[in-house]
Amino acid sequence: MSDSPLLEVSNLRVSFPTRQGVTEAVRGVSFTVGREKLGIVGESGSGKSMTGRSVLRLVPAPGVVGADRLAFRGEDLLGASDKRLRAIRGRRIAMVMQDPKFSLNPVMTVGRQIAEAYRVHSDAGPAEARRRALEMLEAVRIRDPERVYGRYPHEVSGGMGQRIMIAMMLIPEPELLIADEPTSALDVTVQMQVLAILDDLCGRRGMGMIFISHDLNLVASFCDRILIMYAGRVVESCRASELRNATHPYTRGLLDSLPRLDDPRAELPVLTRDPAWLTEGGQ
Amino acid sequence: MTEQGMIGIENLRVAFGQGADSVVAVDGVSLSVRDGESFGLVGESGSGKSTVLRAVSGLNHDWSGRVAVAGVEQSRRRAKGFFKTCQMVFQDPYGSLHPRHPVDRILAEPIAIHGLGDTDGRIDRVLLEVGLGPSFRFRYPHQLSGGQRQRVAIARALVLEPRLLLLDEPTSALDVSVQAEILNLLRRLRAERGLTLVLVSHNLAVVANLCDRLAVMNRGRIVEEMTVEDLRRGEAAQPYTRQLLRASQGYDRAAAESFRDFA
Repeated sequence: MSDSPLLEVSNLRVSFPTRQGVTEAVRGVSFTVGREKLGIVGESGSGKSMTGRSVLRLVPAPGVVGADRLAFRGEDLLGASDKRLRAIRGRRIAMVMQDPKFSLNPVMTVGRQIAEAYRVHSDAGPAEARRRALEMLEAVRIRDPERVYGRYPHEVSGGMGQRIMIAMMLIPEPELLIADEPTSALDVTVQMQVLAILDDLCGRRGMGMIFISHDLNLVASFCDRILIMYAGRVVESCRASELRNATHPYTRGLLDSLPRLDDPRAELPVLTRDPAWLTEGGQ
Repeated sequence: MTEQGMIGIENLRVAFGQGADSVVAVDGVSLSVRDGESFGLVGESGSGKSTVLRAVSGLNHDWSGRVAVAGVEQSRRRAKGFFKTCQMVFQDPYGSLHPRHPVDRILAEPIAIHGLGDTDGRIDRVLLEVGLGPSFRFRYPHQLSGGQRQRVAIARALVLEPRLLLLDEPTSALDVSVQAEILNLLRRLRAERGLTLVLVSHNLAVVANLCDRLAVMNRGRIVEEMTVEDLRRGEAAQPYTRQLLRASQGYDRAAAESFRDFA
């Protein structure tokens, strides 16, 4: 059981028809996710976010998603009815977005939003939902859950907002979490604390996670396995601990272009993009 | 040039709001930047680092204390000549360029305001200097990538030939490969023109790459000033700086546990 993957993706394609022709955002991506932290790294426009979104069929219109196989625990997601998909979204596969400012309802207290997330996916009453929401706020290390429960999103800091988002996404106890740049809007110390919470929850519940980020060092230190995406394809995949030994020139170029505290050279090597990367096999 | 160098700030204080709702963003900051130096201001969000920069640049009028730029005491309102000495580059190249002005007009405006003349020659030269070339003159911002836009923003600042360039997170909206290009460009321009740079950033590695010296800020105050060599060796005197250094070295479960708030 533990060996069979939670999510299987094979030859995923996402395209957008435009006036200038069809833009292919994702061009044949294949991977599986088990009970692990899978990192997807790439620059803007690499298709990493669209890959994450297409798992829940959240690609905005007029985008078209296609795949040879897109299955969660053996169940096909691509052909699933909207009703079936709603039962999976949030309940079994949850998603955390980058900026809590745009993901929380501004006119509803954060406590009610978390409780609502619980009630939608269970038949609990309001008192039970409130109790669970307070527990969840505590689990994401919010010091005074009672006080924060009654606050509106604009009354909390960015780090607290992101912890609230995570609480809301994790309260239905999903089996897979898709986190799209969940900590990029946060200060480094807060970022570490939020990651520690995600790390613990993954470990304790045996949850799988897809962690999408542009930050190579962060992904290398946080995830188990990494896919490196370029122009809609996976150009390289490796164990996170092996990223230093990556071989693809794009990955090497990205690593080299990062300024480092332990490397006093002034001039940074600039990435030269080889057109061949666009067409090579990918995976 | 007086002995106080390019920038002299003494006991700078900036507060937003009135009465009980007043928030002190900068609380008694003093620092000086030498002529030709590249100085970094580092801190987390809300530390006041950008507010210090905005007070120096004249974008914030409500400050008290003393600010001197290029040996001239500054009042709350800046004279036109001030902006010939001091220019600023902002974080978001998508928001800082007029969307309906072509590059040519974006660059011609400061030249016209300051009555410099030779508009065509200046624009062509500055576009070459930032690595874009004259073919970019008649493009609109939406026809440019993020890195190209930031080059236009840098060109707009440089077209007046300032001696002091204030940079507010100039690379944090860019991909790492583009960030490397912009950092290399800024380093080259500084060497060629003898510019003084003040770089505000939350990224210690970026500051180390471009600066000689830095100040670490927290809650409106300077926690410590140090050289980049000290930073590279991890020789920080203050626990706040050591925590910041540790947090910037990637995810570490044990380190995350040890973090605390500094008042």
